[in-house]
Amino acid sequence: MSTSNYAADPYLHEVLAELEALEDARYRVAAQTVDRRTFLKLTGVAGGGLMLAIAAPGGRGLARAAAEDAASFAPNAYLKIATDGVITIYSKNPEVGQGVKTSMPMIVAEELDAAWDDVRVEQSEINEAVYGRQFAGGSLAIPWHWDTLRQAGAVAKAMLVAAAAERWGVPASELAAADSRVTHAASGRSLGYGELATAAAQLPVPDPKDIPLKSRDQYKLLGKRITGVDNHALVTGQPLFGIDQAVDGMHYATFVKCPAVGGRVAGANLDEIKALPGVTHAFVLEGNGKVTELMPGVAIVADSTWAALNARRALKVDWDESDASKDSWSASVAAAKRLSQQQVTGQPVAASGNADAALAAGTKRVKSFYTYPFISHAPMEPQNCTAWYRDGQLTLWAPSQTPGRAIDNAASVLGIDKANITLHQTRVGGGFGRRLMNDYACEAAAISREAGVPVKLQWTREQDMGHDFYRVGGFHALEGSVDADGKLSAWRDHFITFTADGEKPVSGGTIRPAEFPGPLVENYELTMSMLPLATPCGPWRAPGSNAIAFAVQSFIHELAVAADRDHLEFLLEIMGEPRWLGEQGGRDLNTARAAAVIKLAAEKAGWGQPMPAGRGLGLSFHFSHMGHFAEVADVSVSPDKKLTVHSVTIAADVGPIVNMSGAENQCEGGVIDGLSTMIGLELSIEEGRIQESNFDRYPILRMGSVPDVNVHFIQSEYPPTGLGEPALPPLAPAVCNAIYAASGHRVKTLPLSREGFFV
Amino acid sequence: MLRLTVNGKPHELHNVDESTPLLWVLRDALGLVGTKYGCGVAQCGACTVQINGNPVRSCSVPASAAADREVTTVEGLARSDGSLHPVQQAWIDEDVAQCGYCQSGQLVSAAALLARNPAPSDEDINRAMDGNICRCGTYKRIRKAIHSAAAELRREGGAA
Repeated sequence: MSTSNYAADPYLHEVLAELEALEDARYRVAAQTVDRRTFLKLTGVAGGGLMLAIAAPGGRGLARAAAEDAASFAPNAYLKIATDGVITIYSKNPEVGQGVKTSMPMIVAEELDAAWDDVRVEQSEINEAVYGRQFAGGSLAIPWHWDTLRQAGAVAKAMLVAAAAERWGVPASELAAADSRVTHAASGRSLGYGELATAAAQLPVPDPKDIPLKSRDQYKLLGKRITGVDNHALVTGQPLFGIDQAVDGMHYATFVKCPAVGGRVAGANLDEIKALPGVTHAFVLEGNGKVTELMPGVAIVADSTWAALNARRALKVDWDESDASKDSWSASVAAAKRLSQQQVTGQPVAASGNADAALAAGTKRVKSFYTYPFISHAPMEPQNCTAWYRDGQLTLWAPSQTPGRAIDNAASVLGIDKANITLHQTRVGGGFGRRLMNDYACEAAAISREAGVPVKLQWTREQDMGHDFYRVGGFHALEGSVDADGKLSAWRDHFITFTADGEKPVSGGTIRPAEFPGPLVENYELTMSMLPLATPCGPWRAPGSNAIAFAVQSFIHELAVAADRDHLEFLLEIMGEPRWLGEQGGRDLNTARAAAVIKLAAEKAGWGQPMPAGRGLGLSFHFSHMGHFAEVADVSVSPDKKLTVHSVTIAADVGPIVNMSGAENQCEGGVIDGLSTMIGLELSIEEGRIQESNFDRYPILRMGSVPDVNVHFIQSEYPPTGLGEPALPPLAPAVCNAIYAASGHRVKTLPLSREGFFV
Repeated sequence: MLRLTVNGKPHELHNVDESTPLLWVLRDALGLVGTKYGCGVAQCGACTVQINGNPVRSCSVPASAAADREVTTVEGLARSDGSLHPVQQAWIDEDVAQCGYCQSGQLVSAAALLARNPAPSDEDINRAMDGNICRCGTYKRIRKAIHSAAAELRREGGAA
């Protein structure tokens, strides 16, 4: 394998370390940071009304921004109540399909007691100096903004109520707010928020600490089914996405990079390309060697997308691959098998008790080797970006999950100050982690500067699949034992993953020392080995968890079977007494919450009922992104290995539900994504090249193959978490355990197509 | 010169290569960007439009093939009075979309199905929608929305 390092890891480590630090700070101080300065009343609103701004965690805050930069301060509102009663709530984070453009404003509207019909939602501009990080990732938008958004609504409502109290000369305590109106029941008087907004704007902003927030039983909007705020625009085909953007004089660009990452352009038939119809420019960009920014390639600019794509087909590039990736998945699989067979246990990650002794003393001992492949994000909207560089200023229209980082990355590539870059955030046609990287934005920026025209850079599907930051494949060599009572007595996991720098696993290929079931097993050993890799990897929906759950939850079932125990009972026994793993009352797994979702999923799925021959139920549990999830799959397996997944039952505890429709949609989607992936998706890598290039060889599930999905939430009193990710990890082991129950076949390699299964 | 009738409106296009896939003519030349590029090889259905009422993958059909025929895109599904087509309304009522990128193609396929089959079974729907991938996995809601739009169309038909 190549020793060249084209990993996204330095970038991703920075991104993820910052998020972890911010999350840690948020968690430790919780709502205590919200003080008077968090909210700022913006005066001088055209046409009157009340405009309230808030500062999000991590931002320096509007009040400070205003104070430090008074001359050029342009206020960025979060909430605007116009005199005509229209309530505008600004949504600061990218909408990638996770539903935040609807759910985050709902949280404000609840505490504001706004009628949802009066609410309009607008995408905020990208300005991280004010808003803090504006990103989509880690299922973090809801937990990070839960307190602030509620307080924003409550503060605005308090001001409207105070304005009404002043107008009527009655104490505020006699007033009630509901449906965008303040009412004085005693005198029968009532005023709409629009009528009160200008008066409210004259009042001081109260300290949010003095304003009580609603209790759950007072919610009118949260927990309801609210259709997405962009749905009308979506179903009528309005230009919402990155690919839909257009500017005057725009040209259309394509950019061709070496199929093996790290290859450089030694030569290309640029003169021929320039002579093709519609082509206006063709040139080489050397790039800066950073795979998250700009790698070498050939840019073609034309007067239409089709002219650019035609020219692309005629392009001949002589690649210098001396420093390019030579990765081979088949060689890696062989190397991992050798490692596991040599009984090498890698570097220690976590240990407790004496795994060796307990394994030897076990009544039943099981050994298994689990394998899962590289996969691609394959969002439906292929990467694209519109860029216009002129007079030292760059404007980007980008479907990014990390727009602030896109500005940083483009500034790095062009060598300009990021103050000279403006980014317009578009709706995003699927993220799944791919758009945490902004390589496509850097390419568009560099092409626009070189060509001297505004360009829309459009990646082909083949490029999107061939130049991804992949979910890394990996291996778990597992050993476990049960004692004479049939209880889990020892667990050993030799995790074999990949490294780009020789020191740390690649992004998405790590494992936490406290990974389940480590903290719950008396005799435990987790070790890790790393194989070299040049192929860029990155977070893919529920990073780490999306593969670990498959191995761990399948193996628990194997041990239950070996012990001749009921899987449900065995899993609940592992959870043991109610307690938090890690911090008390914290963000970690809580065994009581885990047991509750496991029992609920089993009950709803009819666990224990007799099943016909060839049909079985499979159970699994996984905790990630602060979400406790149990799933039961109901699967039939025919003698020729045709699979029918009849249904999947989900039980989840993610705290209170913000938008029931969006929440269920995320769970259904997570399960179908997981199923699609486990059934037939894998990338083979040879000579550094991804062999699969389009949906013909990367078969995303279609409608006829998807199961019914039933979602059950336990709405606990814990703070809510996001739902973009945690429903996915338990799906694969639930289905694999059901396949075992139905057929006696233990799946140890994904995708299932590898073992001859089909749908 | 290429003559196209899209959503009832005639267009005369000069300087457009007739072999250009219909998708790129719609998007780049006519600015109808509701129709999406997803794969370029008729695998995903994001680019689905109707030609004379039949769903086709516009990424793989030369624009010339649509000459003198009626092309309907997602922008043309709404009725002439501006009211939404029942599939569009059902998509909103069922809150189908997640990222939403594939939904233009899904809607156009669904409308084509309902135009020829007012009461499709689950199996009919699975077959008609087999060419449309949803990466976010909203299939269950798509199917439900098609059933509910079908019921609405039957009500309208009965009332007429």
